[in-house]
Amino acid sequence: MLSDLLPPALVALLLDSILQTATMVGVAALLSTLVGLPLGVLLVVTSKGQFLDRPALNRVIGTVVNLIRSTPFIILMVAIIPLTRLLAGTTVGTAAAIVPLTIAITPLYARLAEAAMREVDQSLIEAAQAMGATPLQIILKVLLPEALPGILAGQTVTLVSLVGYSAMAGTVGGGGLGDLGIRFGYQRFMPEVMVAVVIVLVVIVQSIQMAGDWAARTVNHRVARSRDRA
Amino acid sequence: MTTLAVSPALRTDQKAVQSVTAVSVAARRQVVRVEDLTMVYDDKAGPVLDKVSLSVGEGDIHGIIGRSGAGKSTLVRCLNRLVVPTSGRIEVSGHEITSLSSGATLRGARRDIGMIFQHFSLMSSRTAAGNIALPLEIAGVPKEEIRKRIPTLLDLVGLSKKADAYPVELSGGQKQRVGIARALALDPKVLLSDEATSALDPETTEQILSLLKDINRRLGLTVILITHEMDVVRAIASHVTVLEHGKVVESGATFDVFAFPKSPFARSFLSSIVAHDLPPQVAARLQPQPSGDTAPVLRIVFTGEAAEEPVVADLAVKFGIRASILHGRIDYIDERPLGVLSLLLPEAGDRLPAILAHLSSLGLHREVIGHAVRSSAAGTRCAAS
Repeated sequence: MLSDLLPPALVALLLDSILQTATMVGVAALLSTLVGLPLGVLLVVTSKGQFLDRPALNRVIGTVVNLIRSTPFIILMVAIIPLTRLLAGTTVGTAAAIVPLTIAITPLYARLAEAAMREVDQSLIEAAQAMGATPLQIILKVLLPEALPGILAGQTVTLVSLVGYSAMAGTVGGGGLGDLGIRFGYQRFMPEVMVAVVIVLVVIVQSIQMAGDWAARTVNHRVARSRDRA
Repeated sequence: MTTLAVSPALRTDQKAVQSVTAVSVAARRQVVRVEDLTMVYDDKAGPVLDKVSLSVGEGDIHGIIGRSGAGKSTLVRCLNRLVVPTSGRIEVSGHEITSLSSGATLRGARRDIGMIFQHFSLMSSRTAAGNIALPLEIAGVPKEEIRKRIPTLLDLVGLSKKADAYPVELSGGQKQRVGIARALALDPKVLLSDEATSALDPETTEQILSLLKDINRRLGLTVILITHEMDVVRAIASHVTVLEHGKVVESGATFDVFAFPKSPFARSFLSSIVAHDLPPQVAARLQPQPSGDTAPVLRIVFTGEAAEEPVVADLAVKFGIRASILHGRIDYIDERPLGVLSLLLPEAGDRLPAILAHLSSLGLHREVIGHAVRSSAAGTRCAAS
């Protein structure tokens, strides 16, 4: 079916590109979650009036996060080439693309996680303190579980953004679907490749969004619903 | 002219009176002691709490009442140091709250103090059972042990069938029951209730209050109850402290404070429950000094057994005078009858001192609160709330 539209060589190329995109997005998402979630927690709990009130630290983290977020991705990618070489050993290829992707997406994820945690009712934190909870217990047992639906929604936004960023990363040798679309679809005048790339991207983004919505709904007990759907 | 035999209306449950008296007479350990507590958030705004001192005996239900902004919530949060006071001393169940360093010792002290909240503060991501388990998990109780204790706690608040329900599936009253079970999970010595019934309808409020009273009796748990509703204090509190602008204006056994409020603020606060103040249209007719056609107005406070005296009929029989009731109300405070009656005595004349002496001999508290014009008051306009 697919081979009727595209020659087998291009199909193989398409599959390779999907794999590369999945690798870039998957690894960058994992790393950005590992770094971004603690950053988001810090942004919340060190803010003024919170239980680990550290205004100076909060300002430093907030400023760094804002600096990275306000730098256009394409410029960030070039600007951190030395760091990329240090971490990935090379500046081209999928592995090298993961470094700027992670650095660009982590602040976004941290801000989304922060927003989700700020929605948690302050009186819940107070209740946990009244029970004699340690700050770590408040974070692990109250803040994160209560914010989970919002954090998962943020995770979805992050993943979708990553798919977009990864297409850009492709243009500097990262490979992936974006790279395929540009090199074959645009530079070699093969509109069918471009169409195929766009269709695949639409399917990927839709799937991420649906899976994310489902996950957020499943862990959300803030709205009543019938037992069979729960 | 209205006459009224008070006695049948005031028949009281003698057993209840005796048990209350027994409790208040027995020397009890003080579980909570607050000395000169002062809290200043903002120098310009003045202190939120101003040298507040009070003590709470073991097994008491102690109401702390005041209008919003009186400092009640700050006071209760100082007790488990959710708020750190500017100065003063607090001792709760042997813990010197104010001098604890904010580490493990403070957390240990907090586990001896349960707390329930106005908006329940339950975790939406946990079931009723899960919410009750939270303090146990925080205290490091083994999972096996937690599983064993949850059913007992759910049973205590009458929610055995709702273990797996999420808060969103529970009514307000049920949510507060979960809150109470959660607060009791660690066997606290003191339960703090911060406007726990303010978000509930009257019927549910009554149920939650009787649950609190029941738990207080069964477990001997000391309860500190923050509220802005006098009805809540009347319903279950054995003691009450009235706060106004961060100062204690009144403190003592609920019955005593209700029967003989010393401050004008407490009197006005109590007016919905006890008829200490006359309604404005009646009060307007009062003048401080007698004149040609005025008659004395008496306020009589009936307490305890004296409430059984048929005072109005007595005046008619003993002195041959009629009394018209200007205002009155009888209520049960802490299970003891409390009545306040304002009488106009148009025929008292120079027998007034003898009448006052007689009323005193019956054990009634009485005072002449003014004089009213005889003609307009003669029975035609009776005000009773």
